[in-house]
Amino acid sequence: MKLTVGAVITESGNAAQNRTGSWRTFRPVVDAKKCTGCGLCSIYCPEPAISKGKPAKINYDYCKGCGICANECPFKAIIMIPEGKG
Amino acid sequence: MKQNLMGNEASAIAAKLARVNVISAYPITPQTIIVERLSEFVANGELDAEFIKVESEHSALSACVGAAATGARTFTATSSQGLMLMSEILFVASGMRLPIVMANANRALSAPLSIWCDQQDSITVRDSGWVQLYCENNQEILDTTIQAFRVAESLSLPVMVCFDGFILSHTTEPVDVPKQREVDKFLPPYKPRYVLDPKKPVTMGPMGVPEYYEEFKCMQQEAMRAAKEKLVKVGNEFGRKFGRRYKLIESYYSDDADIILLTMGSLSSSAKELVDRYRARGEKVGLVKVRSFRPFPVRELIDALGHAKAVAVLEKDISLGSAGALFIDTAATFINVEKSPLMLNFICGLGGRDVEALQIKEAIRVAARAAESGEVRKAVRWLGLREKLVGLSV
Repeated sequence: MKLTVGAVITESGNAAQNRTGSWRTFRPVVDAKKCTGCGLCSIYCPEPAISKGKPAKINYDYCKGCGICANECPFKAIIMIPEGKG
Repeated sequence: MKQNLMGNEASAIAAKLARVNVISAYPITPQTIIVERLSEFVANGELDAEFIKVESEHSALSACVGAAATGARTFTATSSQGLMLMSEILFVASGMRLPIVMANANRALSAPLSIWCDQQDSITVRDSGWVQLYCENNQEILDTTIQAFRVAESLSLPVMVCFDGFILSHTTEPVDVPKQREVDKFLPPYKPRYVLDPKKPVTMGPMGVPEYYEEFKCMQQEAMRAAKEKLVKVGNEFGRKFGRRYKLIESYYSDDADIILLTMGSLSSSAKELVDRYRARGEKVGLVKVRSFRPFPVRELIDALGHAKAVAVLEKDISLGSAGALFIDTAATFINVEKSPLMLNFICGLGGRDVEALQIKEAIRVAARAAESGEVRKAVRWLGLREKLVGLSV
């Protein structure tokens, strides 16, 4: 990253450089059989790290494992698994 | 043209001459008149600026930060408790490298409550990354404020113009007020490096993670270092245009002096009177006045003080539990220098107490005794105490 006077960031979108997936302690996993592809999880995801689809696709480079998607899914198609397990 | 002006008026007129775009300040004794004058200038159309009224000094400086980020030439003024309330935002302004200029009418800090002069307020925020310039008289207030914008804007550093409350803020002196046309030539409009503009979005004041934070502090330190040269350059140019030159320090009969008084602010004038009296008797007493406390003029002080037998640092502040701030920095200046003068610290004039000739004479006498014996028995002393406090229940 370029060091500017006063730490001004002159380009937009560079938050993408911070791969926040390493912060995760729980990992969301989509059950393809239950997922209807409604896309509600992708709307609720604050990162946003979920692409709408059947099944929904999670980008683990940026997913912080907050679990909102699992909580919001009307079909209980997303479960949270501790990192390093499963 | 010469006008009779109080220090506060000189400060307000200087801000007007600098054609500031935005002012945000909260009135506090003894700075109030600056705010009054500037709001009058804006209200009667003499100054085309936004005067942002706020409910506290914390908000005043925050408003200045926002205004400066949009590329506005920005001015504020405060004193004492007001400066303390600003302290959080002082570091934000300097860290974001916003060239805000502030007048600080020096006033003691509570408790005990005091509205009168000492320099504890600005000295307390000496580590905030602001350039700190101390003025000796009302002419210096006007001149320094105009120069402050040049230095601030060229290096993206905020500048605090400090002058003694009441002693200067409320004392009327003849001040040469330059013509607007001449000031415009000396101080062109501000050209910011970055501006907040919805058409071209930037992020200002982001988080500095451990991998980056230290570099930004180092950049501020380098800018402060560059400010030394800039202050001299701008001071010289000001001298060529207006006939009054400014440097980081001022030497007064100090070149051949055995005893040198080191001072900041209006105390320098009183001490110069004393130097004159000693010189009239043929005694080698001199004075060095520090104008720029931040950046600290290390090289200049080594050159100006190095030959002396003893240096008496008189100052209106104390880092309780240690010594006066000017003394500490001056002592540190000589730490790796082969030949250092003896140094003594005299704390005086706190909370508005007058520093009288008798007290300055006492400092010279103690310094001369140290010079003669070659030893300093007690480095930090107090001048003008009402009674001996030693042995009292502290």
